[in-house]
Amino acid sequence: MLRFVLRRLITSVLVLAVLTVIVFVLARIVPSDPAVIYAGPKAPPAELDRVRQELGFDRPMIVQYFEYVKNLLTGDWGNSLATKRPVLDELFSRLPATLELIGFAMCLAVLAGVFLGVVASRRPGKFLDGTIRFLSIGGISVPAFWLGLLLQLVFVGGLGVLPATGQFSNSIKYSNPITHITGFPLFDSLVSGNGAAFQDGLQHMILPALTLAAYPLGLMARMTRAAMLDVMNQDYIFTAQAYGLKEVAIRWRLALKNALPPVLSIAGMATAYALTGTFFVEAVFNWPGIGQFATSSMLAVDYPAIMAITLMGATAYLVANLLVDILQSRIDPRVRMS
Amino acid sequence: MSPTTEITTPTQSHASAEHANLKPLKLLRQTLGRDRLAAAGAAIIVVVIVLAVFGQWLAPFPDQGMGSTNASARNLAPNALNWLGTDQLGRDVLSRIIMGANPALTISATVVAAAALIGIPLGAVAGYCGGWLDETLMRVTEVFQAFPPLLLAMVTVAILGPSLTNAGIALAISWWPWYARLVRAEARSLRERSYVEAARAMGIPQLLIITRHVLRNCMTPILVQATVDIGTVILAAGSLAFIGLGTQPPLPDWGLMVAEGRGLIFSSWWIATFPGLAIFLAVLGFNLLGDSLRDLLDPRQVKR
Repeated sequence: MLRFVLRRLITSVLVLAVLTVIVFVLARIVPSDPAVIYAGPKAPPAELDRVRQELGFDRPMIVQYFEYVKNLLTGDWGNSLATKRPVLDELFSRLPATLELIGFAMCLAVLAGVFLGVVASRRPGKFLDGTIRFLSIGGISVPAFWLGLLLQLVFVGGLGVLPATGQFSNSIKYSNPITHITGFPLFDSLVSGNGAAFQDGLQHMILPALTLAAYPLGLMARMTRAAMLDVMNQDYIFTAQAYGLKEVAIRWRLALKNALPPVLSIAGMATAYALTGTFFVEAVFNWPGIGQFATSSMLAVDYPAIMAITLMGATAYLVANLLVDILQSRIDPRVRMS
Repeated sequence: MSPTTEITTPTQSHASAEHANLKPLKLLRQTLGRDRLAAAGAAIIVVVIVLAVFGQWLAPFPDQGMGSTNASARNLAPNALNWLGTDQLGRDVLSRIIMGANPALTISATVVAAAALIGIPLGAVAGYCGGWLDETLMRVTEVFQAFPPLLLAMVTVAILGPSLTNAGIALAISWWPWYARLVRAEARSLRERSYVEAARAMGIPQLLIITRHVLRNCMTPILVQATVDIGTVILAAGSLAFIGLGTQPPLPDWGLMVAEGRGLIFSSWWIATFPGLAIFLAVLGFNLLGDSLRDLLDPRQVKR
């Protein structure tokens, strides 16, 4: 077990090292003159020279690369061109909001997706299976940014039961300020017994989480159905049926347990989709997370921010896959052998 | 397909042999015949293609579709003249949706074709030859796949500058590894087949074996994947346009139109709703068809 984890850890670090090369190439070699980006398009030549000297663009590429890696490792990821603050601070201050959103969405997607998948596998080809299939393919096909707007139209504009944008109502800041414990606002408000803020935050969470969950939910439902059909055809299920075990127990206990590993491996991929999905969901719901920072940095060509976001996104994906692999090797020892 | 490949007997080594050897058209006919959702998907695809080809003759106001404004008719709700209403610059939403079909389909077909053109030869050679070549290619694709989907494309567009062309380039760059891996897996299993071994024993040049025996026999899974991917790329390009990293105004693009109508969602809901519906339906069409085709290809998912 330990050897497996170690091996996966080492490959992840190697991939991460190659990723830094790609990010470096994208940021320093693809643009014709990086100094123009840092100094602005109208900067005089003297200013450009100063920037080049200061940031070391006049040195050989290989030296610049190792400088970049050294800075990464020491926690100096550069300053955002837009806000002038360290990029890492910008990212970490926005991380909790995004993680809470992804966490809610993924819980919803996994629970509902697995449930729908198992239900669909009961009578393949029948009406319920067809309906669930249509819904899950719909979830995979729907543009998140449009689904978000539709939900706003119905639940905010039409029914008026939920708030449209933001993470909390503005008034919460004054009436029930959230005590800072972990930095995760929803969690903190719950732990500190701040019921009003928690309820308000939960109401704000519903629509963005639903929107973000659509794609992973569809993916999980499809995968669960396929895995369940696979397992339900195996001999030990027939044996259990012959013994007269209840169909519900066979399906939800015996079969689901063995259908989970392939479903779990898709969960890693689904999380990855949620990572970039937040970019669009946060844009629609004005969610104060990393996604909004990412899109605005990309539009403003804020290089240090873009480089940091790319690296962070890829790292998050690697970590998600690593966790899935480790979890899977605990459930299914065969994974460790491959 | 040449008669030499027709008379091969499928070996037991490959479980999906029965369907993987189906010719694309035959697979399509079988799928459409037994699956209503797939048929619905195919119908949507036909509509999108017709709109893309004949859009300028079908659109009620083709010039507005391409961006010319009409200040006297701003934000009109759906009515007899403008069936889906007008946007904040007075342009007919229906015309813009129809004119948007062509760029949407063109970019996704181009991206998928480019990704396939890069990925298929690399994957075939790597899978067939194996060894260090295979090892290297797999490591390279792994690095590309270490990025969350769309992130690499978004960053590339941000650096190259936002436009439809750059969005296409960026998407193709991040898409080819999937084709390389798909073809590589197929090529590896085909390599062991007796007819490929026979061809090798007869001294047929490797390049000829790869093109004639290996590539031709993995065309069906590639085409199924491409069907799904055309839909996925429409969604990806629309998403890029929505956040401003794709098509630029005043050109018609479904994602861009949703972005333009976003601020007016509560007062003039039709501006954002209908273009988004167009993306949804188009992507749904390709996914419905692709999903059914894949079901038939993959024996593990065949219904009991």
